[in-house]
Amino acid sequence: MTRPAADGTAAWPPAALDPAGPFAGPLNTLAWVLFAMAGAVLLVVLVALGVALFGPRRWRARFGGARLVWIGGFAFPVVVLSALLIYGLGLTSHLTQEPGPGEMRVRVTGEMWWWRVAYLDAQGREVFQDANEVHIPTGRPVVLELDSADVIHSFWVPRLSGKVDMIPGRRNLLRLQADAPGAYGGQCAEYCGGPHALMGLVVVAHEPAQYAAWVRKQSAPAVAAPQPAVGAEVFGRAGCGACHSVAGTTFNGLAGPDLSHVGSRRTLGAGILPNNQGTMAGWISDSQSIKPGNRMPAYPVLTGQELRDVSAWLESLK
Amino acid sequence: MGVGLIRNGKGRDGDAANPSGIDVRWGVLGLAALLCACADKSDPPRGIAGADADNGLAVIGRTGCAACHVIPGIDWPRGLAGPSLEGFADSPMIGGQFPNQPDVLVDWLVDAPAMAPATAMPAMPLTEGEARDVAAYLYTLDD
Repeated sequence: MTRPAADGTAAWPPAALDPAGPFAGPLNTLAWVLFAMAGAVLLVVLVALGVALFGPRRWRARFGGARLVWIGGFAFPVVVLSALLIYGLGLTSHLTQEPGPGEMRVRVTGEMWWWRVAYLDAQGREVFQDANEVHIPTGRPVVLELDSADVIHSFWVPRLSGKVDMIPGRRNLLRLQADAPGAYGGQCAEYCGGPHALMGLVVVAHEPAQYAAWVRKQSAPAVAAPQPAVGAEVFGRAGCGACHSVAGTTFNGLAGPDLSHVGSRRTLGAGILPNNQGTMAGWISDSQSIKPGNRMPAYPVLTGQELRDVSAWLESLK
Repeated sequence: MGVGLIRNGKGRDGDAANPSGIDVRWGVLGLAALLCACADKSDPPRGIAGADADNGLAVIGRTGCAACHVIPGIDWPRGLAGPSLEGFADSPMIGGQFPNQPDVLVDWLVDAPAMAPATAMPAMPLTEGEARDVAAYLYTLDD
């Protein structure tokens, strides 16, 4: 199947040990080095334990002194852990450096339980907003500015980069890069309350030319100008605009995800559902049965026809 | 139908034209029992030629049908906007108003509003082949 909806949710939950870019690669190596070191140390400890319990008397006598404690219990861990720390910091320090001139910047704000995404210009000013998807060009690093609107979240797209906490009032940085176009799943990696496990996201990497086309499309309203749709009227009457913005309309709520181009997203509900008119209608009607505890109420006031009208309109916002 | 035959038999119980009414009654009961056996729920589910129920479940998963329906075989989500599909193969109706027959179900899955304009279920992005696979899976839900 080539439906975009399929790649979107196929990428979530993400694979943790399958790097797809130059920042995730060394981290993956580091993870395996740590596993290997931990395995080797465990083996040494188990052998020593076996010798201490069941070995010949002469060997057991050697294990009885303070010397072994100083060597095996103090010097060895200090040397090994220091070496691993220096190696790990060397691998990851460039991930969190300030953006250089000309580097692409995207601000991702953790919200309970979704992601507000703002694309920034070179001065750090917001150009347009989106949600739950981060679009990037392939083959170049992108600097993410991570913060939080409420509690601590953690941004983690394991195939593209490391994991960094999103802390209220703080701006943490993280670079990521994808070598090939595709959808890369992410997941909030810090428990943030109720539906934390269902706080997913998707990073979509495009060839640079397609990325430029995507930016042009996002920068303009998707709303068909002259004739307001029936679905837009339902959207207004149900009060959806109190929490959601749609560029080109009077709907300008800021509490929930921006819906200006929601029909072009791969997923709904923050990375967790494929996006089509059926899932859209189900989400609007009763998102609480899908993602219990999320901040959007169920709408048991809409008729079937209204639900189809409003979901059709939202899906048309490409 | 079986019930109707029994009633007919009872109705003609004292019919003068048929003095050996007892034998006829036993014959009718036997026929009724046979007919009841034909409608037994343990019959194989309605088949859909060439359809692949396993692929149907995969299509259901990636289309997100469970956003609105509880569907055995899908652990999450278990949406409540639409009816639960547990035991769907044994349900006589689709959407509360159409006979639960394979062709009707396939049409319903692809474009429900064309059949029931007031339904909340939108037309779904399924090919004919995918809809047939989904229908085949739904007909395995006979518990």
